Amino acid sequence: MHGEATRLPTAPKKRDKVSDPVLILDNVVVAFGALKAVKDISLTVKSGERRAIIGPNGAGKTTLFNAITGVHMPTSGRVTFNGVDVSRKSAHVRTRLGMSRTFQITNLFPTLTVSQNMQLALMGTSSRKFSLLGSAEPTDDDQERIDDALGLSKLRERAGAEVRDLSYGEQRQLEMAMALVSKPKLLLLDEPAAGLSPAERVIVTDIVQSLPRDLTVILIEHDMDLVLKLVDWVTCLNNGEFLAEGSPDSISKDQKVQDVYLGKARDHA
Amino acid sequence: MLVDSFAKNRPAIIAIAIVLLVFGIVPMFGSNYQISIATEILIFALLAMSIDVLAGFAGRTSLGHGAIFGASTYVVVYWTSVVGGSPIVAVALGILAATLVAAVFGMLASRVSGVYFLLLTLALGMIVWGVALRWTSVSGGENGLRGVGRPEWLNDPTVFFYICLGIVLTLSAVIWRLVQSPFGLTLRGIRDSESRMSSLGYGCATHMFIAFTTTGFFAGVAGALYALFNNFVSPSTVQLSQSVEGLLMAILGGIGTLFGAFIGAAAIILLENFVSQYTARWPMVLGFMFIATMIFAPEGVLGAIRRIFRVGKKS
Ligand SMILES: Nc1ncnc2c1ncn2[C@@H]1O[C@H](COP(=O)(O)OP(=O)(O)OP(=O)(O)O)[C@@H](O)[C@H]1O
Ligand SMILES: [Mg+2]
Repeated sequence: MHGEATRLPTAPKKRDKVSDPVLILDNVVVAFGALKAVKDISLTVKSGERRAIIGPNGAGKTTLFNAITGVHMPTSGRVTFNGVDVSRKSAHVRTRLGMSRTFQITNLFPTLTVSQNMQLALMGTSSRKFSLLGSAEPTDDDQERIDDALGLSKLRERAGAEVRDLSYGEQRQLEMAMALVSKPKLLLLDEPAAGLSPAERVIVTDIVQSLPRDLTVILIEHDMDLVLKLVDWVTCLNNGEFLAEGSPDSISKDQKVQDVYLGKARDHA
Repeated sequence: MLVDSFAKNRPAIIAIAIVLLVFGIVPMFGSNYQISIATEILIFALLAMSIDVLAGFAGRTSLGHGAIFGASTYVVVYWTSVVGGSPIVAVALGILAATLVAAVFGMLASRVSGVYFLLLTLALGMIVWGVALRWTSVSGGENGLRGVGRPEWLNDPTVFFYICLGIVLTLSAVIWRLVQSPFGLTLRGIRDSESRMSSLGYGCATHMFIAFTTTGFFAGVAGALYALFNNFVSPSTVQLSQSVEGLLMAILGGIGTLFGAFIGAAAIILLENFVSQYTARWPMVLGFMFIATMIFAPEGVLGAIRRIFRVGKKS
Protein backbone atom coordinates (compact mmCIF):
# COMPACT_ATOMS: atom_id res chain seq x y z
CA MET A 1 0.00 0.00 0.00
CA HIS A 2 2.84 2.40 0.74
CA GLY A 3 5.01 3.20 -2.28
CA GLU A 4 8.65 2.22 -2.21
CA ALA A 5 9.63 5.89 -2.23
CA THR A 6 8.32 6.23 1.30
CA ARG A 7 10.68 3.59 2.61
CA LEU A 8 14.39 4.19 3.07
CA PRO A 9 16.79 1.25 2.97
CA THR A 10 17.38 1.54 6.70
CA ALA A 11 13.70 0.95 7.48
CA PRO A 12 13.13 -2.58 8.73
CA LYS A 13 10.74 -4.47 6.51
CA LYS A 14 8.77 -6.08 9.29
CA ARG A 15 4.99 -6.13 9.18
CA ASP A 16 3.20 -3.53 11.24
CA LYS A 17 1.30 -5.51 13.82
CA VAL A 18 -1.41 -3.57 15.57
CA SER A 19 0.49 -3.69 18.82
CA ASP A 20 3.83 -2.52 17.37
CA PRO A 21 4.73 0.96 18.52
CA VAL A 22 4.93 3.41 15.62
CA LEU A 23 6.44 6.17 17.66
CA ILE A 24 8.54 6.06 20.81
CA LEU A 25 9.83 9.18 22.56
CA ASP A 26 12.53 8.68 25.20
CA ASN A 27 13.16 11.64 27.51
CA VAL A 28 12.83 14.19 24.75
CA VAL A 29 14.00 17.69 25.68
CA VAL A 30 13.71 20.76 23.45
CA ALA A 31 15.38 23.90 24.78
CA PHE A 32 15.43 27.36 23.25
CA GLY A 33 18.38 28.88 25.04
CA ALA A 34 17.49 28.81 28.70
CA LEU A 35 13.83 28.03 28.05
CA LYS A 36 12.98 24.35 28.10
CA ALA A 37 9.81 24.18 26.02
CA VAL A 38 9.67 20.38 26.26
CA LYS A 39 11.06 18.64 29.35
CA ASP A 40 11.83 14.92 29.46
CA ILE A 41 8.80 13.69 27.58
CA SER A 42 8.53 9.93 27.04
CA LEU A 43 5.60 8.33 25.31
CA THR A 44 4.73 5.38 23.11
CA VAL A 45 2.12 5.43 20.37
CA LYS A 46 0.94 2.10 18.97
CA SER A 47 0.19 1.42 15.35
CA GLY A 48 -3.33 2.48 14.43
CA GLU A 49 -3.76 4.38 17.68
CA ARG A 50 -5.59 7.71 17.90
CA ARG A 51 -3.85 9.92 20.43
CA ALA A 52 -4.56 13.44 21.62
CA ILE A 53 -2.02 15.81 23.11
CA ILE A 54 -3.70 18.47 25.22
CA GLY A 55 -2.48 21.24 27.48
CA PRO A 56 -2.86 24.97 27.99
CA ASN A 57 -1.21 27.63 25.77
CA GLY A 58 2.54 27.39 25.74
CA ALA A 59 2.50 23.87 27.17
CA GLY A 60 4.92 22.76 24.46
CA LYS A 61 2.53 20.75 22.29
CA THR A 62 3.56 22.27 18.98
CA THR A 63 7.20 22.14 20.00
CA LEU A 64 6.80 18.44 20.72
CA PHE A 65 5.36 18.00 17.20
CA ASN A 66 8.34 19.90 15.84
CA ALA A 67 10.70 17.54 17.64
CA ILE A 68 8.83 14.51 16.31
CA THR A 69 8.76 15.75 12.72
CA GLY A 70 12.28 17.19 12.62
CA VAL A 71 11.50 20.90 12.45
CA HIS A 72 13.59 21.15 15.62
CA MET A 73 16.15 18.51 16.58
CA PRO A 74 15.59 17.44 20.18
CA THR A 75 18.19 18.95 22.50
CA SER A 76 18.46 15.53 24.12
CA GLY A 77 16.48 12.31 24.16
CA ARG A 78 15.46 10.02 21.35
CA VAL A 79 12.68 9.80 18.74
CA THR A 80 12.12 6.32 17.31
CA PHE A 81 9.79 5.97 14.33
CA ASN A 82 8.86 2.49 13.08
CA GLY A 83 11.94 1.07 14.78
CA VAL A 84 14.31 3.65 13.26
CA ASP A 85 16.08 6.21 15.43
CA VAL A 86 15.21 9.47 13.64
CA SER A 87 16.35 11.87 16.37
CA ARG A 88 19.00 13.44 14.11
CA LYS A 89 17.22 13.00 10.78
CA SER A 90 15.97 16.00 8.83
CA ALA A 91 12.29 16.73 8.35
CA HIS A 92 12.44 15.53 4.72
CA VAL A 93 13.86 12.17 5.64
CA ARG A 94 11.15 11.72 8.26
CA THR A 95 8.52 12.63 5.66
CA ARG A 96 9.94 10.01 3.32
CA LEU A 97 9.86 7.47 6.14
CA GLY A 98 6.13 8.08 6.46
CA MET A 99 5.50 11.00 8.81
CA SER A 100 3.23 13.81 7.85
CA ARG A 101 1.77 16.78 9.65
CA THR A 102 -0.46 19.82 9.46
CA PHE A 103 0.41 23.19 10.92
CA GLN A 104 -1.39 25.13 13.61
CA ILE A 105 -1.20 28.24 11.47
CA THR A 106 -2.65 27.78 7.99
CA ASN A 107 0.16 28.11 5.49
CA LEU A 108 -0.94 27.40 1.93
CA PHE A 109 -0.32 28.76 -1.56
CA PRO A 110 -3.21 31.23 -1.87
CA THR A 111 -2.98 32.13 -5.56
CA LEU A 112 -2.70 28.51 -6.70
CA THR A 113 -5.53 26.04 -7.12
CA VAL A 114 -6.30 23.24 -4.69
CA SER A 115 -4.88 20.77 -7.22
CA GLN A 116 -1.68 22.76 -7.60
CA ASN A 117 -1.28 22.91 -3.81
CA MET A 118 -1.63 19.14 -3.74
CA GLN A 119 0.89 18.73 -6.55
CA LEU A 120 3.43 20.85 -4.69
CA ALA A 121 2.83 18.71 -1.61
CA LEU A 122 3.60 15.62 -3.69
CA MET A 123 6.56 16.88 -5.70
CA GLY A 124 8.63 18.06 -2.75
CA THR A 125 10.39 14.74 -2.32
CA SER A 126 10.48 13.71 -5.99
CA SER A 127 12.90 14.75 -8.71
CA ARG A 128 10.03 15.96 -10.89
CA LYS A 129 10.34 19.34 -9.22
CA PHE A 130 13.40 19.98 -11.39
CA SER A 131 11.63 19.23 -14.65
CA LEU A 132 12.07 22.56 -16.46
CA LEU A 133 10.21 21.78 -19.67
CA GLY A 134 8.01 18.82 -18.72
CA SER A 135 4.27 19.00 -18.40
CA ALA A 136 2.93 20.13 -15.06
CA GLU A 137 0.06 17.68 -15.39
CA PRO A 138 0.36 15.12 -12.61
CA THR A 139 1.14 11.56 -13.64
CA ASP A 140 -1.78 9.10 -13.44
CA ASP A 141 -0.35 7.70 -10.24
CA ASP A 142 -0.02 11.15 -8.68
CA GLN A 143 -3.50 12.13 -9.84
CA GLU A 144 -4.89 9.06 -8.10
CA ARG A 145 -3.10 9.97 -4.87
CA ILE A 146 -4.36 13.53 -5.11
CA ASP A 147 -7.93 12.36 -5.73
CA ASP A 148 -7.75 9.91 -2.82
CA ALA A 149 -6.45 12.52 -0.39
CA LEU A 150 -8.95 15.13 -1.55
CA GLY A 151 -11.69 12.53 -1.21
CA LEU A 152 -10.66 11.72 2.34
CA SER A 153 -10.66 15.44 3.14
CA LYS A 154 -14.00 16.01 1.41
CA LEU A 155 -12.55 18.54 -0.98
CA ARG A 156 -12.88 16.69 -4.29
CA GLU A 157 -15.33 19.18 -5.79
CA ARG A 158 -13.06 22.10 -5.00
CA ALA A 159 -10.01 20.76 -6.85
CA GLY A 160 -10.06 23.56 -9.41
CA ALA A 161 -10.72 26.44 -7.02
CA GLU A 162 -8.06 28.94 -6.03
CA VAL A 163 -7.12 28.60 -2.38
CA ARG A 164 -7.82 32.25 -1.60
CA ASP A 165 -11.43 31.60 -2.65
CA LEU A 166 -11.83 28.77 -0.12
CA SER A 167 -13.51 29.24 3.24
CA TYR A 168 -11.26 28.98 6.28
CA GLY A 169 -12.71 25.58 7.04
CA GLU A 170 -11.93 24.36 3.55
CA GLN A 171 -8.41 25.66 3.91
CA ARG A 172 -7.99 23.55 7.04
CA GLN A 173 -9.33 20.58 5.08
CA LEU A 174 -6.73 21.27 2.40
CA GLU A 175 -4.02 21.28 5.06
CA MET A 176 -5.13 17.78 5.94
CA ALA A 177 -5.33 16.67 2.31
CA MET A 178 -1.77 17.90 1.73
CA ALA A 179 -0.59 15.89 4.71
CA LEU A 180 -2.43 12.78 3.52
CA VAL A 181 -1.24 12.84 -0.08
CA SER A 182 2.14 11.32 0.79
CA LYS A 183 0.26 8.28 2.19
CA PRO A 184 1.82 8.60 5.64
CA LYS A 185 1.91 5.95 8.36
CA LEU A 186 1.78 8.58 11.06
CA LEU A 187 -0.31 11.74 10.78
CA LEU A 188 0.17 14.63 13.20
CA LEU A 189 -2.60 17.23 13.29
CA ASP A 190 -1.89 20.51 15.07
CA GLU A 191 -5.25 21.93 16.20
CA PRO A 192 -7.15 20.93 13.06
CA ALA A 193 -10.39 22.45 14.35
CA ALA A 194 -9.08 25.68 15.87
CA GLY A 195 -11.00 28.72 14.73
CA LEU A 196 -13.71 26.72 12.97
CA SER A 197 -17.45 27.14 13.26
CA PRO A 198 -19.45 24.32 14.88
CA ALA A 199 -20.57 23.13 11.43
CA GLU A 200 -17.00 23.09 10.16
CA ARG A 201 -15.91 21.19 13.27
CA VAL A 202 -18.35 18.44 12.38
CA ILE A 203 -16.72 18.11 8.97
CA VAL A 204 -13.24 17.89 10.51
CA THR A 205 -14.47 15.33 13.03
CA ASP A 206 -15.96 13.26 10.21
CA ILE A 207 -12.75 13.44 8.26
CA VAL A 208 -10.60 12.26 11.16
CA GLN A 209 -13.07 9.49 11.98
CA SER A 210 -13.12 8.22 8.42
CA LEU A 211 -9.32 8.01 8.06
CA PRO A 212 -8.07 4.48 7.42
CA ARG A 213 -7.75 2.56 10.70
CA ASP A 214 -4.15 1.51 10.02
CA LEU A 215 -3.11 5.17 9.94
CA THR A 216 -1.78 6.31 13.30
CA VAL A 217 -3.03 9.78 14.24
CA ILE A 218 -1.78 12.16 16.92
CA LEU A 219 -3.71 15.35 17.29
CA ILE A 220 -3.36 18.47 19.37
CA GLU A 221 -6.75 19.78 20.36
CA HIS A 222 -8.18 21.99 23.08
CA ASP A 223 -11.81 21.07 22.57
CA MET A 224 -12.49 18.16 24.96
CA ASP A 225 -15.76 17.25 23.21
CA LEU A 226 -13.85 16.68 20.02
CA VAL A 227 -11.12 14.78 21.84
CA LEU A 228 -13.68 12.49 23.46
CA LYS A 229 -15.11 11.60 20.06
CA LEU A 230 -11.86 11.08 18.23
CA VAL A 231 -9.18 9.43 20.31
CA ASP A 232 -8.41 6.34 22.41
CA TRP A 233 -5.78 7.90 24.64
CA VAL A 234 -4.87 11.37 25.86
CA THR A 235 -1.56 12.84 26.99
CA CYS A 236 -1.68 16.12 28.87
CA LEU A 237 1.30 18.48 29.00
CA ASN A 238 1.78 21.55 31.13
CA ASN A 239 4.76 23.92 31.07
CA GLY A 240 6.63 21.48 28.87
CA GLU A 241 6.22 18.70 31.40
CA PHE A 242 4.22 15.51 31.34
CA LEU A 243 1.14 16.02 33.51
CA ALA A 244 -1.20 13.08 33.02
CA GLU A 245 -2.12 10.32 30.61
CA GLY A 246 -5.20 8.14 30.24
CA SER A 247 -8.44 7.43 28.44
CA PRO A 248 -10.35 10.56 27.35
CA ASP A 249 -12.93 9.92 30.07
CA SER A 250 -10.46 9.59 32.90
CA ILE A 251 -8.46 12.61 31.69
CA SER A 252 -11.49 14.86 31.56
CA LYS A 253 -12.19 13.92 35.19
CA ASP A 254 -8.56 14.22 36.29
CA GLN A 255 -8.13 16.87 38.97
CA LYS A 256 -4.65 18.02 37.86
CA VAL A 257 -5.86 18.46 34.28
CA GLN A 258 -8.92 20.40 35.37
CA ASP A 259 -6.73 22.64 37.49
CA VAL A 260 -4.38 23.67 34.68
CA TYR A 261 -7.24 24.17 32.25
CA LEU A 262 -9.44 26.10 34.63
CA GLY A 263 -6.50 28.07 35.92
CA LYS A 264 -5.11 29.18 32.60
CA ALA A 265 -7.12 28.24 29.63
CA ARG A 266 -10.48 29.90 29.90
CA ASP A 267 -9.83 31.70 26.65
CA HIS A 268 -9.47 28.60 24.52
CA ALA A 269 -12.98 27.66 23.48
CA MET B 1 -4.63 14.50 -26.98
CA LEU B 2 -3.83 17.20 -29.53
CA VAL B 3 -7.03 19.04 -28.70
CA ASP B 4 -6.15 18.65 -25.07
CA SER B 5 -2.72 20.21 -25.39
CA PHE B 6 -4.22 22.97 -27.52
CA ALA B 7 -6.66 23.85 -24.75
CA LYS B 8 -3.88 24.00 -22.16
CA ASN B 9 -1.59 26.10 -24.30
CA ARG B 10 -4.28 28.24 -25.85
CA PRO B 11 -3.10 31.57 -24.37
CA ALA B 12 0.41 30.95 -25.71
CA ILE B 13 -0.75 29.83 -29.13
CA ILE B 14 -3.06 32.82 -29.50
CA ALA B 15 -0.41 35.27 -28.27
CA ILE B 16 2.29 33.88 -30.57
CA ALA B 17 -0.11 33.93 -33.53
CA ILE B 18 -0.98 37.57 -32.86
CA VAL B 19 2.66 38.61 -32.54
CA LEU B 20 3.51 36.68 -35.70
CA LEU B 21 0.70 38.41 -37.56
CA VAL B 22 1.26 41.94 -36.28
CA PHE B 23 5.05 41.89 -36.54
CA GLY B 24 5.22 39.59 -39.56
CA ILE B 25 3.61 42.15 -41.86
CA VAL B 26 5.75 45.13 -40.79
CA PRO B 27 8.41 44.61 -43.51
CA MET B 28 5.71 44.39 -46.19
CA PHE B 29 4.82 48.04 -45.98
CA GLY B 30 7.15 49.51 -43.37
CA SER B 31 10.23 51.62 -44.06
CA ASN B 32 13.67 50.43 -42.98
CA TYR B 33 13.37 52.75 -39.99
CA GLN B 34 10.08 51.18 -38.95
CA ILE B 35 11.51 47.71 -39.43
CA SER B 36 14.40 48.59 -37.15
CA ILE B 37 11.99 49.83 -34.47
CA ALA B 38 10.02 46.59 -34.74
CA THR B 39 13.28 44.65 -34.37
CA GLU B 40 14.18 46.60 -31.26
CA ILE B 41 10.75 45.91 -29.78
CA LEU B 42 11.21 42.17 -30.28
CA ILE B 43 14.64 42.20 -28.64
CA PHE B 44 13.41 44.10 -25.61
CA ALA B 45 10.27 41.97 -25.34
CA LEU B 46 12.61 39.01 -24.82
CA LEU B 47 14.46 40.90 -22.07
CA ALA B 48 11.14 41.84 -20.46
CA MET B 49 9.93 38.22 -20.57
CA SER B 50 13.09 37.06 -18.82
CA ILE B 51 12.42 39.60 -16.08
CA ASP B 52 8.75 38.59 -15.92
CA VAL B 53 9.60 34.96 -15.15
CA LEU B 54 11.19 36.14 -11.90
CA ALA B 55 8.84 39.03 -11.14
CA GLY B 56 5.56 37.46 -12.20
CA PHE B 57 6.08 33.84 -11.25
CA ALA B 58 8.72 33.74 -8.52
CA GLY B 59 7.72 37.11 -7.04
CA ARG B 60 11.27 38.52 -7.23
CA THR B 61 11.89 41.88 -8.86
CA SER B 62 15.32 41.94 -10.48
CA LEU B 63 17.15 45.15 -11.25
CA GLY B 64 20.15 43.22 -12.55
CA HIS B 65 18.87 41.79 -15.80
CA GLY B 66 19.80 44.88 -17.81
CA ALA B 67 23.41 44.33 -16.80
CA ILE B 68 23.22 40.65 -17.74
CA PHE B 69 21.76 41.65 -21.10
CA GLY B 70 24.50 44.25 -21.60
CA ALA B 71 27.27 41.84 -20.61
CA SER B 72 26.28 39.73 -23.58
CA THR B 73 26.23 42.82 -25.83
CA TYR B 74 29.75 43.75 -24.73
CA VAL B 75 31.13 40.30 -25.40
CA VAL B 76 29.57 40.08 -28.86
CA VAL B 77 30.84 43.51 -29.95
CA TYR B 78 34.27 42.87 -28.43
CA TRP B 79 34.62 39.50 -30.12
CA THR B 80 33.59 40.69 -33.59
CA SER B 81 35.43 44.00 -33.58
CA VAL B 82 38.49 43.83 -31.31
CA VAL B 83 39.20 40.10 -31.71
CA GLY B 84 37.82 39.97 -35.22
CA GLY B 85 36.11 36.63 -34.64
CA SER B 86 33.04 35.19 -36.30
CA PRO B 87 29.66 36.61 -35.31
CA ILE B 88 28.20 33.15 -34.63
CA VAL B 89 30.97 32.38 -32.12
CA ALA B 90 30.55 35.88 -30.71
CA VAL B 91 26.84 35.31 -30.09
CA ALA B 92 27.54 31.96 -28.43
CA LEU B 93 30.21 33.54 -26.21
CA GLY B 94 27.94 36.48 -25.38
CA ILE B 95 25.11 34.22 -24.27
CA LEU B 96 27.56 32.08 -22.29
CA ALA B 97 28.99 35.16 -20.57
CA ALA B 98 25.53 36.45 -19.67
CA THR B 99 24.54 33.06 -18.29
CA LEU B 100 27.70 32.94 -16.17
CA VAL B 101 27.13 36.46 -14.86
CA ALA B 102 23.54 35.45 -14.05
CA ALA B 103 24.79 32.33 -12.26
CA VAL B 104 27.05 34.44 -10.05
CA PHE B 105 24.21 36.90 -9.39
CA GLY B 106 21.88 33.99 -8.74
CA MET B 107 24.22 32.39 -6.24
CA LEU B 108 24.24 35.59 -4.21
CA ALA B 109 20.62 36.60 -4.65
CA SER B 110 18.86 33.24 -4.38
CA ARG B 111 18.62 33.35 -0.60
CA VAL B 112 16.94 36.73 -0.31
CA SER B 113 13.56 38.08 -1.33
CA GLY B 114 11.55 41.26 -1.34
CA VAL B 115 13.41 44.53 -1.09
CA TYR B 116 16.70 42.74 -0.32
CA PHE B 117 16.51 40.96 -3.65
CA LEU B 118 15.79 44.24 -5.38
CA LEU B 119 18.73 45.99 -3.74
CA LEU B 120 21.15 43.11 -4.17
CA THR B 121 20.43 42.74 -7.89
CA LEU B 122 20.67 46.51 -8.24
CA ALA B 123 24.10 46.50 -6.57
CA LEU B 124 25.32 43.61 -8.70
CA GLY B 125 24.18 45.42 -11.82
CA MET B 126 26.06 48.52 -10.70
CA ILE B 127 29.25 46.46 -10.42
CA VAL B 128 28.93 45.39 -14.06
CA TRP B 129 28.35 49.00 -15.02
CA GLY B 130 31.39 50.08 -12.99
CA VAL B 131 33.58 47.49 -14.70
CA ALA B 132 32.34 48.60 -18.13
CA LEU B 133 33.15 52.18 -17.27
CA ARG B 134 36.56 51.66 -15.67
CA TRP B 135 38.11 48.72 -17.52
CA THR B 136 38.93 51.09 -20.35
CA SER B 137 41.52 48.92 -22.09
CA VAL B 138 38.89 46.26 -22.81
CA SER B 139 35.54 48.04 -22.73
CA GLY B 140 36.58 51.33 -24.26
CA GLY B 141 35.39 53.09 -21.12
CA GLU B 142 32.91 55.85 -21.62
CA ASN B 143 33.44 55.83 -25.39
CA GLY B 144 32.26 52.24 -25.62
CA LEU B 145 33.02 49.89 -28.49
CA ARG B 146 31.90 50.17 -32.07
CA GLY B 147 31.15 46.94 -33.90
CA VAL B 148 32.14 45.95 -37.42
CA GLY B 149 28.57 45.65 -38.64
CA ARG B 150 26.54 42.55 -39.33
CA PRO B 151 27.93 39.97 -41.76
CA GLU B 152 26.76 40.20 -45.37
CA TRP B 153 23.99 37.58 -45.10
CA LEU B 154 22.48 39.32 -42.05
CA ASN B 155 22.89 42.87 -43.17
CA ASP B 156 19.51 43.36 -44.78
CA PRO B 157 17.16 44.82 -42.14
CA THR B 158 14.26 42.64 -43.27
CA VAL B 159 16.31 39.44 -43.06
CA PHE B 160 17.64 40.38 -39.65
CA PHE B 161 14.14 41.31 -38.51
CA TYR B 162 12.69 37.93 -39.50
CA ILE B 163 15.55 36.11 -37.83
CA CYS B 164 14.92 38.05 -34.63
CA LEU B 165 11.19 37.32 -34.92
CA GLY B 166 11.90 33.60 -35.30
CA ILE B 167 14.30 33.50 -32.34
CA VAL B 168 12.14 35.59 -30.02
CA LEU B 169 8.95 33.68 -30.78
CA THR B 170 10.68 30.32 -30.36
CA LEU B 171 12.14 31.41 -27.04
CA SER B 172 8.81 32.83 -25.87
CA ALA B 173 7.29 29.39 -26.48
CA VAL B 174 10.15 27.86 -24.48
CA ILE B 175 9.65 30.36 -21.64
CA TRP B 176 5.91 29.65 -21.65
CA ARG B 177 6.69 25.96 -21.35
CA LEU B 178 9.12 26.73 -18.54
CA VAL B 179 6.59 28.61 -16.42
CA GLN B 180 3.97 25.90 -17.03
CA SER B 181 6.36 23.08 -16.07
CA PRO B 182 6.62 21.41 -12.67
CA PHE B 183 9.60 23.68 -12.06
CA GLY B 184 7.48 26.71 -12.96
CA LEU B 185 4.91 25.58 -10.42
CA THR B 186 7.60 25.46 -7.74
CA LEU B 187 8.47 29.09 -8.52
CA ARG B 188 4.87 30.10 -7.95
CA GLY B 189 4.91 28.09 -4.74
CA ILE B 190 7.99 30.02 -3.60
CA ARG B 191 6.25 33.29 -4.44
CA ASP B 192 3.20 32.35 -2.36
CA SER B 193 4.93 30.80 0.65
CA GLU B 194 8.62 30.12 0.87
CA SER B 195 8.28 28.68 4.38
CA ARG B 196 5.67 26.14 3.28
CA MET B 197 7.83 25.17 0.31
CA SER B 198 10.78 24.43 2.60
CA SER B 199 8.63 22.35 4.90
CA LEU B 200 7.44 20.35 1.88
CA GLY B 201 11.02 19.45 1.03
CA TYR B 202 12.00 22.07 -1.54
CA GLY B 203 15.37 23.78 -1.45
CA CYS B 204 14.06 27.21 -2.37
CA ALA B 205 17.53 28.70 -2.91
CA THR B 206 18.35 25.99 -5.48
CA HIS B 207 15.15 26.70 -7.36
CA MET B 208 15.80 30.44 -7.35
CA PHE B 209 19.37 29.87 -8.53
CA ILE B 210 18.16 27.79 -11.47
CA ALA B 211 15.48 30.35 -12.27
CA PHE B 212 17.93 33.25 -12.14
CA THR B 213 20.49 31.53 -14.32
CA THR B 214 17.92 30.39 -16.87
CA THR B 215 16.39 33.84 -17.19
CA GLY B 216 19.93 35.21 -17.49
CA PHE B 217 20.35 32.97 -20.51
CA PHE B 218 17.28 34.51 -22.16
CA ALA B 219 18.42 38.04 -21.32
CA GLY B 220 21.79 37.06 -22.82
CA VAL B 221 20.18 36.04 -26.10
CA ALA B 222 18.41 39.40 -26.19
CA GLY B 223 21.69 41.18 -25.45
CA ALA B 224 23.49 39.32 -28.23
CA LEU B 225 20.78 40.23 -30.76
CA TYR B 226 21.01 43.81 -29.54
CA ALA B 227 24.74 43.82 -30.30
CA LEU B 228 24.05 42.79 -33.89
CA PHE B 229 21.20 45.27 -34.08
CA ASN B 230 22.88 48.31 -32.55
CA ASN B 231 26.49 47.69 -33.62
CA PHE B 232 27.66 49.70 -30.64
CA VAL B 233 27.96 49.19 -26.92
CA SER B 234 28.75 51.57 -24.07
CA PRO B 235 28.23 51.66 -20.29
CA SER B 236 24.68 52.94 -20.91
CA THR B 237 23.82 49.47 -22.25
CA VAL B 238 24.52 47.93 -18.83
CA GLN B 239 23.33 50.76 -16.66
CA LEU B 240 20.45 50.66 -14.23
CA SER B 241 17.96 52.31 -16.58
CA GLN B 242 18.26 49.30 -18.90
CA SER B 243 16.97 47.04 -16.13
CA VAL B 244 14.31 49.54 -15.17
CA GLU B 245 13.14 49.80 -18.76
CA GLY B 246 12.90 46.02 -19.07
CA LEU B 247 11.02 45.81 -15.80
CA LEU B 248 8.68 48.61 -16.77
CA MET B 249 7.90 46.85 -20.04
CA ALA B 250 6.98 43.71 -18.12
CA ILE B 251 4.85 45.68 -15.67
CA LEU B 252 3.13 47.73 -18.37
CA GLY B 253 2.25 44.59 -20.32
CA GLY B 254 1.16 42.79 -17.18
CA ILE B 255 3.34 41.03 -14.62
CA GLY B 256 2.92 37.29 -14.81
CA THR B 257 1.32 37.39 -18.26
CA LEU B 258 4.60 36.76 -20.11
CA PHE B 259 3.29 37.87 -23.52
CA GLY B 260 2.34 41.27 -22.11
CA ALA B 261 6.06 41.93 -22.60
CA PHE B 262 5.42 42.51 -26.31
CA ILE B 263 2.82 45.17 -25.52
CA GLY B 264 5.02 46.80 -22.89
CA ALA B 265 8.08 46.79 -25.14
CA ALA B 266 6.11 48.23 -28.06
CA ALA B 267 4.59 50.98 -25.92
CA ILE B 268 7.86 52.08 -24.38
CA ILE B 269 10.05 51.90 -27.46
CA LEU B 270 7.51 53.72 -29.62
CA LEU B 271 7.14 56.37 -26.95
CA GLU B 272 10.90 56.67 -26.54
CA ASN B 273 11.33 57.27 -30.26
CA PHE B 274 8.53 59.78 -30.24
CA VAL B 275 9.64 61.65 -27.12
CA SER B 276 13.29 61.88 -28.12
CA GLN B 277 12.31 63.93 -31.15
CA TYR B 278 11.30 66.70 -28.77
CA THR B 279 13.37 66.36 -25.63
CA ALA B 280 16.45 64.67 -24.25
CA ARG B 281 14.72 64.00 -20.95
CA TRP B 282 13.62 60.47 -21.78
CA PRO B 283 14.74 59.04 -18.38
CA MET B 284 12.43 61.52 -16.68
CA VAL B 285 9.51 60.55 -18.89
CA LEU B 286 10.33 56.92 -18.14
CA GLY B 287 10.21 57.67 -14.43
CA PHE B 288 6.83 59.33 -14.71
CA MET B 289 5.52 56.42 -16.74
CA PHE B 290 6.69 54.02 -14.05
CA ILE B 291 4.81 55.97 -11.40
CA ALA B 292 1.69 56.34 -13.53
CA THR B 293 1.67 52.61 -14.30
CA MET B 294 1.98 51.66 -10.66
CA ILE B 295 -0.90 53.96 -9.73
CA PHE B 296 -3.32 53.50 -12.62
CA ALA B 297 -2.57 50.10 -14.12
CA PRO B 298 -0.62 47.99 -11.62
CA GLU B 299 -1.83 44.83 -13.32
CA GLY B 300 -0.76 45.99 -16.79
CA VAL B 301 -2.58 45.81 -20.10
CA LEU B 302 -2.78 42.03 -20.47
CA GLY B 303 -3.43 41.69 -16.76
CA ALA B 304 -6.50 43.88 -17.07
CA ILE B 305 -7.72 42.03 -20.15
CA ARG B 306 -7.23 38.72 -18.39
CA ARG B 307 -9.17 39.90 -15.36
CA ILE B 308 -12.07 41.11 -17.48
CA PHE B 309 -12.19 37.72 -19.22
CA ARG B 310 -12.07 35.90 -15.90
CA VAL B 311 -14.87 37.97 -14.41
CA GLY B 312 -16.88 37.30 -17.58
CA LYS B 313 -16.32 33.57 -17.23
CA LYS B 314 -17.35 33.46 -13.59
CA SER B 315 -20.60 35.34 -13.93
N1 LIG C 1 11.19 28.70 17.89
C1 LIG C 1 11.04 29.06 19.18
N2 LIG C 1 11.97 29.82 19.78
C2 LIG C 1 11.85 30.18 21.08
N3 LIG C 1 10.83 29.83 21.88
C3 LIG C 1 9.86 29.07 21.35
C4 LIG C 1 9.91 28.64 19.97
N4 LIG C 1 8.82 27.89 19.73
C5 LIG C 1 8.12 27.85 20.87
N5 LIG C 1 8.75 28.55 21.85
C6 LIG C 1 8.28 28.68 23.24
O1 LIG C 1 8.08 27.38 23.73
C7 LIG C 1 6.93 27.34 24.55
C8 LIG C 1 5.97 26.28 24.05
O2 LIG C 1 5.41 26.72 22.83
P1 LIG C 1 4.47 25.81 21.93
O3 LIG C 1 4.19 26.57 20.68
O4 LIG C 1 5.05 24.48 21.78
O5 LIG C 1 3.14 25.75 22.81
P2 LIG C 1 1.76 25.08 22.49
O6 LIG C 1 1.51 24.07 23.56
O7 LIG C 1 1.70 24.60 21.10
O8 LIG C 1 0.76 26.29 22.71
P3 LIG C 1 -0.56 26.74 21.91
O9 LIG C 1 -1.70 26.04 22.55
O10 LIG C 1 -0.64 28.21 22.16
O11 LIG C 1 -0.37 26.39 20.49
C9 LIG C 1 6.34 28.73 24.55
O12 LIG C 1 6.79 29.39 25.71
C10 LIG C 1 6.93 29.37 23.33
O13 LIG C 1 7.08 30.75 23.50
MG1 LIG D 1 0.66 25.07 19.42
